[in-house]
Order: sequence, then C-alpha cells, then structure tokens
Amino acid sequence: MSWSANVLIDLEQMLQYQFMQHAFEAGTLVAIVAGIVGYFVVLRRSSFAAHALSHIGFAGAAGAVLLGISPVIGLLAFTSVGGVGMTVLGPRASNRDVQIGTVLAFMLGLGVLFISLYTGYATEAYSILFGEILGISATDVLVTAIAALVILFAVAVVYRPLLFASLDEDVAEAKGLHMHMLGIVFMLLVALATSIAVQVVGVLLIFSLMVTPAAIAQRLAKRPWRAVVLSVIISLVATWLGLTVAFYEPYPVSFFITTIVFVLYVLVRFLQPKIKPIRARQTALQVGQMAPSEITA
Amino acid sequence: MTATMKTTRPVALAATVEPALITGQEVVAGYPNKVVWRGASFSLDRGELVAVIGPNGAGKTTLFRLLLGLQQPISGTIKIFNEAPRRGNPRIGYVPQRHVIDRETNIECLELVHLAYCGHLWGFHLSAKTGRQAARVALEAVGGAELAPKPLNALSGGELQRIFLAEALVSDPAILLLDEPLSNLDIRRAQELVQLVDRVVRSRNVTALLVAHDINPLLPYLNKVVYIANGKVATGTPQEVLTSERLSALYDTHVEVIRDSRGNVAIIGIEDHHGDE
Repeated sequence: MSWSANVLIDLEQMLQYQFMQHAFEAGTLVAIVAGIVGYFVVLRRSSFAAHALSHIGFAGAAGAVLLGISPVIGLLAFTSVGGVGMTVLGPRASNRDVQIGTVLAFMLGLGVLFISLYTGYATEAYSILFGEILGISATDVLVTAIAALVILFAVAVVYRPLLFASLDEDVAEAKGLHMHMLGIVFMLLVALATSIAVQVVGVLLIFSLMVTPAAIAQRLAKRPWRAVVLSVIISLVATWLGLTVAFYEPYPVSFFITTIVFVLYVLVRFLQPKIKPIRARQTALQVGQMAPSEITA
Repeated sequence: MTATMKTTRPVALAATVEPALITGQEVVAGYPNKVVWRGASFSLDRGELVAVIGPNGAGKTTLFRLLLGLQQPISGTIKIFNEAPRRGNPRIGYVPQRHVIDRETNIECLELVHLAYCGHLWGFHLSAKTGRQAARVALEAVGGAELAPKPLNALSGGELQRIFLAEALVSDPAILLLDEPLSNLDIRRAQELVQLVDRVVRSRNVTALLVAHDINPLLPYLNKVVYIANGKVATGTPQEVLTSERLSALYDTHVEVIRDSRGNVAIIGIEDHHGDE
C-alpha cells in the first residue's frame, strides 16, 4: 500500500478493509475513554497504579489464554481484583506505592505461573504486551463499546465528587464524601479502561493513551472540563494518525501512537513556558517547620 | 505596634441572647486504646473568634475532627446547632492543615472554590452558573477576586491560604474551622490573614476556630481560647484562661504565664507531651 496525493482517496482505500474499520472503531472508543480516565489518573498522580493495573492485566490475559477463554475476560477480572485490592490495602491515595507494588508483584507472579503452564503461547503474549489493534474482531468492538459506555456513564455520575476528592482530599472528606468508596470506583474505572486500551497499545505502552495525553492537556488547560476534552482530542488524533500511518508504513501502530504523543508532550513541555510565562512565581510549599520559639504558647 | 492593640475584645453582647453555637460537656477524645484529652467543657457563641492553641500533638486537630463528625468522642457530648456533629454539614467550613500543593496542579482558583460549592453532588451539572457566582462571591470576601483565573501552582503561601478560606466560605457556613492557617506564612502575611479572618468573622457573624502555635498574633482579635495540653483542655476568654493560677491548678504543676510590656504572652512550665499514653 502506498500514499496517494489525495487524502480522501487514501482514507477511502484504507477503510475498505474490515480490519481497518474495526481498528478505527475500537481505537476511537478506547481513545475517548483513555483520555477521560487518564485525566483523573494524572490529577490523582496515580500513573503507577495505571501502570501496575495494565501489567496485572497481562497476568489475567495469560490465565485466560491458558483456560482457553477470551483474554479480555482475564484482563477485566485481574485488573478489577487488583485495583480493589490496592485500594483496600492502602486506603489513602497518597502513599499507596508500596501496596500497589505488593499487589503487582504477586499478580505478576501468577502470570509467570500461567505462562509456564501454557505450552502453545508466543503470539498471544506478544499481542497483549504490544497491542493487536489490527486483529480486532467485530465481537471485540462490541465488548469495547459496552465497556466504554459503562465507563462514560460512571464518570458522568462521579465526575464532581471524584474531581473534588482528587484535588482536595481533606476538604472533600469533611464535606461528607467517602474517600475509600471513591478510591475503589476510581480504581475500577482505571481497571476497565486499561482492559480495553490494552487491545490498542498493549500492556507495556498503556501510558501513551492513559497518561501522556492527559498530562499534555493538564499543562494547557486550567479548567478540568477543558482539560478532559483536550485530553480526549489528543488521544483521538494520536490513535487515528497512528492507525493511518501504520496502514501505509510497515511498522507497528503502537509505535506511531506512542511516538506522536511523546513528541507532543516534549513540545508542550519545553515550548509552553516560553509562550505563557505564568509560572514565574511558582512556589513549592513545603511543610512549614516552625522555628522553636520560647515565646509560644 | 502599640500596647493598646493587644487588649482582647469583649465577648459579643449577642451571646447572652442567642443559645451557644457549639457546646461540649465533659468530652473525652481519642482512640479506643489511647485517650488524647479528657474533661473538656466549652461553649462557643455565634460571631466569636476562638484560638485553639497548645503544644504539638496535644490533640488540636482531634477537636476539629470531632466537630466535623469524622471522629466520635469516647464519652461526653458535643452539640453543634443543638445537634450531634455530622459529616458533610454544610454549615461548617473547613481549612485543613496543608502540606504541599502539587506543582503540576495548574487548575485555576475559581475551579477549586467552585468544587467546594458543588463537589459533593453526584451527577453532572448542565450549568455551573450559580456555583461559579457563589465561588466569585467567596473569593471577593477574602479579597481574592483577582486570583480567580490564576492557576493554583502560581500562588504564594498567603494567597493560597486566602483561596482555602474562600473554599471554606463558599457554602456560607456559620462555623469556620481553620487548622494552622498561619504556619507557612511570614509574620506580615500571618498578620494580614488574621485580620482577614477577623473581618470575615465580624461581617458574616460566623464563629471561627483557628488552630495556631503562637497565640500572640491573634490576641488582639480573640474572644476565646481553647488551650489543649497534657491531655487536658482549658476554655474561656484569654483573660480567664491565660493566668498562672488557672493553668497551674488545671495541670497540677507550676505553670507561669508571663506578659511582656507589649502584651505578648508566654506560657512556661508545660512541655510538649503526647496526651495520656
């Protein structure tokens, strides 16, 4: 396949193929969901949790392959259990690293066991690690669509409390919000989003859709709603562009997607401070160590 | 600073008419295996500025957690508006003890204050107009109208405390709980913030409890003091509480309250101590 001078003809040519149609459908759904959930991941500084959940998903997918069922079921089961487990073990969002690491290591251990038990294996594991967007079936698209709808509905319900809890945990708690419950809801959202995003970029490259677009958006937009929309636009553009380029060039889709968002991130990271000198007075507030004074009560 | 500025205000006259806003009777606070303090009885009226002072770890924040309904007293009763404290009471505005504001959080101030107005509600809002307006009013009340579009990570410590105060005020509360709002501020900014809190207390007729390490910047504005140390609590006007006799009797040891020529107070004889262990 080669590029022509006319973009429309290129698109038409590309979308003649059913596997490309499915790739675009699933890719679009995943980009929207990852862009939205990713914003909360970045805001809550939970990228390690997202990273861990995707790797846990790998173990789940390996288990599903071993049992001869769809990998997506294994992904969903393991990421959900792992996400809830992390929240139960470490109720406060800050300082949850150790609990995440503990759960991650245990569940990856299970993954090792599953792989050693499975004798056929190779391509399945590879596609879970790096994504298999060009091999998506109509059923996969349907599963992705249902999962995406569930996530969108859940986000619509918890949007304000989750935002408030992510920004200002202590005040939100005093206002009557249950941090533990919101933490579990958030982890389940990440688990679900991760499970479907793995199809597109794979376990190892999940950040390119779940973290990088949101991180770029957060730098550019000062209002959460705008940042969410921007994050979705960035991951959509990266996915569409990645799919299109990969159709004409003999390199993997996930490579193009990760490269596009990374280049964008680097550009924004280094160019933005020059465009907007708002942060001249950036202050890092530290815990104020009061000077011990004898004249204090 | 003149010596006259350091005299404390008289308790508001209205207090004799209205019932007390917050009352505590023989409250024992702490956790099942550890009492933090005991025997606290107090009565705080509408429109009072109250300092909560005492050494580190004495249980000042514990008092706030009780009032917020985040923790239950081991025994004794606390009443707010004649009811037991409950979580999510919109009539209480709270500024927790902050440590670090994330440098990556460039969300604008108005959004944070707006979330304090509606962030506890489920579902989506189609129009954020009312909430934004409430947030603007709260920002104006703390003299921070011009901060509304600024990102949180571009603020100074003093500006940040004003935003937190606006966040607490946005639900139009009757009670403000401010946990160490002065701890990150230099003396001048601390003075400005105390004056601001005083203005808010007087103009909105709210009762503000303010946790502080040092009572002296607060003395000119205070109606009452809650002094928490060594597992015991003394409450009353500064003149009642901050005397050698009262504190010595309470703590059963020789405590000396010294006043300098400017009216500054120093309490000597009570060391940092972590409750009744």
